[in-house]
Amino acid sequence: MDFLSGLFAFLYQTGDAFAFLVLSACGLAVIFGMMGVINLAHGEFILCGAYVSTTAAHLGLPLPFSILLGGLVAGLVGMLLERVVIRRLYARPLDTIVVTWGISMIATQGTLILLGPSMQSTGTPFGSFMVGGYGYSIYRLVLMAAAVATLALLWVIFTRTRFGVLARATIQVPHIAEALGVDTSLIYMLTFGLGAALAGLAGGLYAPTMTLVPTMGATFVIEAFVTVVVGGADIFLGTAPAAAILAVVKAGLTSWQGQLAGQIGLLVAVVLVIRVLPRGLTGFILRERA
Amino acid sequence: MRREVLLETMGLRSGYGGKPVLQGVDISVREGEIVAVIGRNGVGKSTLMKSLIGLIPPQKGAILFAGAEVHGLSAHKRARLGIGYVPQGRDVFPRMSVIENLLVGQSIDQSGEREAKVRLEQIYSFFPILKERRHQRAGTLSGGQQQQLAIGRVLMGDPDLILLDEPSEGIQPNIVQDIARIIVELNAKTGITVVFVEQNLDMIRAMAERCYVMDKGTVTAEIDKAALDDRDTVRRYLAV
Repeated sequence: MDFLSGLFAFLYQTGDAFAFLVLSACGLAVIFGMMGVINLAHGEFILCGAYVSTTAAHLGLPLPFSILLGGLVAGLVGMLLERVVIRRLYARPLDTIVVTWGISMIATQGTLILLGPSMQSTGTPFGSFMVGGYGYSIYRLVLMAAAVATLALLWVIFTRTRFGVLARATIQVPHIAEALGVDTSLIYMLTFGLGAALAGLAGGLYAPTMTLVPTMGATFVIEAFVTVVVGGADIFLGTAPAAAILAVVKAGLTSWQGQLAGQIGLLVAVVLVIRVLPRGLTGFILRERA
Repeated sequence: MRREVLLETMGLRSGYGGKPVLQGVDISVREGEIVAVIGRNGVGKSTLMKSLIGLIPPQKGAILFAGAEVHGLSAHKRARLGIGYVPQGRDVFPRMSVIENLLVGQSIDQSGEREAKVRLEQIYSFFPILKERRHQRAGTLSGGQQQQLAIGRVLMGDPDLILLDEPSEGIQPNIVQDIARIIVELNAKTGITVVFVEQNLDMIRAMAERCYVMDKGTVTAEIDKAALDDRDTVRRYLAV
């Protein structure tokens, strides 16, 4: 019984870490993988989703709708930002980093000035259940399901919808997609919006579990970048397997030596991967396949 | 038979940055014609094709398509007006399947699902290999198969004019003959207008009704049907 409850604790922690890595990273992965844009304002789209969904929940909207609203608003803000700022910088990747970093600081400090140092969270719903004498949050299981559902949804979007096919064409040979009649600037705007909406969704999903402060994006951003760097450009070949491997590393080290060890383990993993596989798991898998 | 002019350029100047590659090009193509653009390397043939579809912004001059000025329009808008472009080197979408490549070409087709299906079957009948390999990644096809895919892909959008940039480049001679035959057949069946850049004498003679000869960014001569039958005339313009 002791072994089984220990095993359950490990699986639960791995699943929890997997969900967190997938949900924080997939918006970043869409924007980086599909557009090559390194978006340092990723955390602030998460912040946007968290604040919007929490505000909506306080105003009486049921939690699932509040979370979706958070994603929707972040997506709209993302599209606006793409149209006004990001699209001027596609040929200049380094400038994009500086500009999105600036946007990130403006958003963080602006939130602090306008909304104060913190916002009352809604509290984690659903309560908990016991296994082997330890309590586990039911909501964390919901988050795991949400992570899997998000991956499935992205797979359907990119392989089964017209938008997905045109978006992949645009990413692979942009000028030819354009010459075949694809409005590539619209595709870029929608793709950036999708990435921002996924970030907002992550913010909305995690908002009930944490303290809402203007700098909360930073909690997600490091792990999101670690996952995308380890995974490489493809969401399905890269981000998902990277999140799975890193989740095992993190959960293993955390239950063995505590949270600090888990964080250090993630960073060590990313250093190793960059050294061995410069193009991430995606590059490795594509090379194996070719 | 009098046919309307479909494509016309007047004093077209275009290129990258400073000195334009095209120094004032005047061509005129009527509906249903197959016209070749020939000339040595580096005289601006590909630049002309890219300027016609809108991938290079023209600096001066006019491009009329079906009587309307398309000069300032982006490439995707020109494609939607009915100009199809098959680039040099094919440029299929390598990590997408054959059928997905065709679907991208179809995205501008307004004629509805049923017609699109008919068109897909028609393209499969011209290029049976595409049907056979429809689930294969386009990047793993041979050069000739990729060329067939690139042509099939542009035909899915039901264009009135297709621009082919060196369709024979890097392709086995027997496939070159096949492609030439299919384009002539397509032109006879659908009346599609074709403008193509080519160096391969056999392909020019198999397809073209007349030729524009380019040199140093302008059109320096025009060869009509009768002169095309004289092998040496064409060879003289291609050589040097």
